[in-house]
This record gives sequence, structure tokens and C-alpha cells, in this order.
Amino acid sequence: MPDETFDDSHVVVSSDAAADTQASLSAEIQAIHRSYRDAVAAGAAEETQPRIDFAPYRSSILRHPTKDLHHADPETIELWSPAFGQRDVHELESDLTIQHNGEPLGERMKVRGRVLDGDGRPVCGQLVEIWQANSAGRYIHKRDQHPAPIDPNFTGVGRCITGADGSYEFTTIKPGPYPWKNHYNAWRPAHIHFSLFGTDFTQRMITQMYFPGDPLFALDPIYQSITDQKARDLLVARYDHDITTHEWATGYNWDIVLSGSNRTWMEDEDGE
Amino acid sequence: MIEPSDTEQTPATTKLPATPGQTIGPFFEYALPYAKDGELVSQARPGALRLHGTVYDGQGDPIPDALLEIWQADEDGTIVQGTGSLRRDGYTFTGWGRESVDNVGCYAFTTVNPGGTAPGSAPFIAVVVFTRGLLNKLHTRIYLPEDTEALAKDPVLAALPEDRRNTLIATREANGDLRWDVRLQGDRETVFLSFPGA
Repeated sequence: MPDETFDDSHVVVSSDAAADTQASLSAEIQAIHRSYRDAVAAGAAEETQPRIDFAPYRSSILRHPTKDLHHADPETIELWSPAFGQRDVHELESDLTIQHNGEPLGERMKVRGRVLDGDGRPVCGQLVEIWQANSAGRYIHKRDQHPAPIDPNFTGVGRCITGADGSYEFTTIKPGPYPWKNHYNAWRPAHIHFSLFGTDFTQRMITQMYFPGDPLFALDPIYQSITDQKARDLLVARYDHDITTHEWATGYNWDIVLSGSNRTWMEDEDGE
Repeated sequence: MIEPSDTEQTPATTKLPATPGQTIGPFFEYALPYAKDGELVSQARPGALRLHGTVYDGQGDPIPDALLEIWQADEDGTIVQGTGSLRRDGYTFTGWGRESVDNVGCYAFTTVNPGGTAPGSAPFIAVVVFTRGLLNKLHTRIYLPEDTEALAKDPVLAALPEDRRNTLIATREANGDLRWDVRLQGDRETVFLSFPGA
């Protein structure tokens, strides 16, 4: 099994926790969500990001800051992002199905969408990186030793540079769900990891895209670390038959909104 | 190249809800690192130095599966907007680098001292931290230790108690290298930053 604690035996809390049942883990998640909903009903602000202190995800227990984040105004370098371009990424890197000599196994799919900032401006010419398990739920990683087959024709890594309208598109294979050791019989919903840059370094983010209707959503402490249902829904791609292509690949649409830009936009940039 | 003076701060007016982050997970190692990812400059370049340290969890144990990214101005304080970070040619300084820690939680970048980006400002390197077990990215800063007058005037540092502000200031080693550790929890927990609109 992909062992969250493989060769890090010092993470005592998480290895012990593998004995917990899904039922007790789910009860923990539900209790946190209930108190969140009660707080919102009593006037508390809605949450838009995952909680970093979310004990049902056992590995988070010793790895989240316990002090409040320090509010800061971004300055100079933080108001800019590193620049990437065609020099960095070849356009074929967005097709994860052509990286080997043969066709990978599984459901061929496209995922297409746009990267926007909080004001709805497209983030153009920026780097998008993805990585994922294969159709059997296996990663090409030494720590993933669960007995599902490696596909010699699928690595599961892709990159692209967004277009002028902030658009990206990857051709890949639909990833499978996979077991992990957060608790007994723990399974992650199928997902694709996304790494994103904006116009400001403060917008840098890594997240996971999920698939509609996954029966594992309610059981997964990583997905459920986002306590607000509306916020959680933002990580689920939409099946889009207009992206699906005849006798070739199914299609999904997923737009990504980064946090607001704090930089003053100059006319020439806005006009692009 | 962009002159830092072109930038001004304005309050963010976010209209669309931001997509939530998620943990980087345990399996990024075959996907995100690339050749020379942590070499912002060649080791042979005059002024090249090692920026290194260890990432620790709440029990003081090193974390073996974290990823750090740094983003900085060049030695003159100029913010570079050149491409080529993913294809290091050994000559082009892009100001951005990525390093995953080793089995004992250590990272090491090869870079140069950033210059101050405004007159009298304290030079710092912007950092983002990802690791399995961490459900969202964390932002922080690495300040150079030398200009104590500028450090004292820095708005972020000035707002912090003495013991906490030191977590953001690197230690200069005898050979010119910089040492800076990340502590996700504990007595010496690193100061992490949140920004408007986030």
C-alpha cells in the first residue's frame, strides 16, 4: 500500500492511527463539519480553504503551524511571479498518453479549463504542472508499493503553459482511487494533483482536482479538510460532453481561481 | 526586467471565490523536481552561496518529504522576469528555485544574496513550503542578517516579538553560506504569512 509513513517511523501519531476504523474517522470529520455549520449559522465567516489543523488527516497533526498566520502586506518580490514560457515547457508535455512507446491502459480523457485570478482576469503564459496515479491507482514512486500494476506506458506527469485566455488542456488517463494508511481501509478518491502560479507569488498554490460523483468523497479526510461544501465543490471537475471527442476521449472541464492579485495592474498588462 | 518602483500596493478586491488548496501529498517526488531545480546560479559564479537548512515537524523530527520554493531579486535588487527556470543553462538568473528535502529533511539551494528592492529596505527571499501532511501551502520569508538597521525598520519583522522574528532571519556561516531552518510547530515555530485576498 502507498504508505503515508513509509520509512518515516518517527511520525508516531499517524502510524498508530492506522488502526482507526473508517466509521470513527468519519465521525470525527462529521463532528468538525457540524461545529463549522453551527458557527456559520451563528454568524461566523464561511471558510474557503482547507483547515491546516485537521486531525482526521493524521499526518497533519505534527505538520501544521499552531500559531496564527501573520498578516502581512505583500512587498516587492511577492507582488511578482517567476516567468515561464515555451523555453521551459514543450507543448507535447501536456499529453500524458504519448510519453512512452505504447498506449497507456485506462480511460483516455481530456481536462480543460482556465486559470483566473480573484478578479476573473486570465492568468496567461503561466506554468501548470500535474501529476497523478495511473488507471489502476498506482503512482510511479518508490513509496507507492500497493499491489496494483504499474503501466509501463504511463508516468503520470504533465506540464503546460496557459494561453492568452488563461486556458490549459491536458490529455491523460483517468486515475484510479488508491488505498493509503491514514486509517484502516482508507481510500483516496481519484484525483489529479495541480501545481499553479499566478501573477503574484502570493498566489502560488498546489491542489487536487476530483471527479464528479466519487463515492469516496465523504470518507476522505484530505478532501473533507475543506469544511465548507461550496468550497469543496470547487475542486470537482465537471463532465463536459463538448470536450469529449468522438471515439477518442472523455472530457472534463475545471477552472481554477487563484487568490486576488495585490499588484496594481498597469494599463499595458490589463490590455493584454 | 521590471523596476520594483513600478509596483504599488492596493487592497485586493476579490470577486471570485478562490479554489481551495490541498496537500502536495507523498508522491510529488517523481513529478515536480527537475535537473538543477535548486541551482538559481552555477556554483562557479562569483557570489554564489549555499542557502540550506532542515525542515522539522512538531516533535523536532526532520520531515523527509517537503518541497521548498524560493523567489528572489538579483544581487542588485532587480526583480527578473526572464523565462528558463525549468531549463537551467547555468548563465540565466531567473530568481526562482525549487528543492525537495532529502531523507533527513535537508534542503540546499545555490543562489546569490538578494539585493534590497527599495532604498533602505531589508533584503529577503520569498519562500513557499509544501509537505505531505500540510493541507495547504505556507508562505514565509528569509531575511539576510547583515543590515540590522533595515531589519529593525521592516514592517513585517517590527510587528513580531523578538523570539519569533528571529525565525525569519537566516544565519550567515563563516564561508558566506546562509542557514535557515523551517519548524512547522513547536517553541521555535517559523512565522508563516497570510496576505490580503488569500
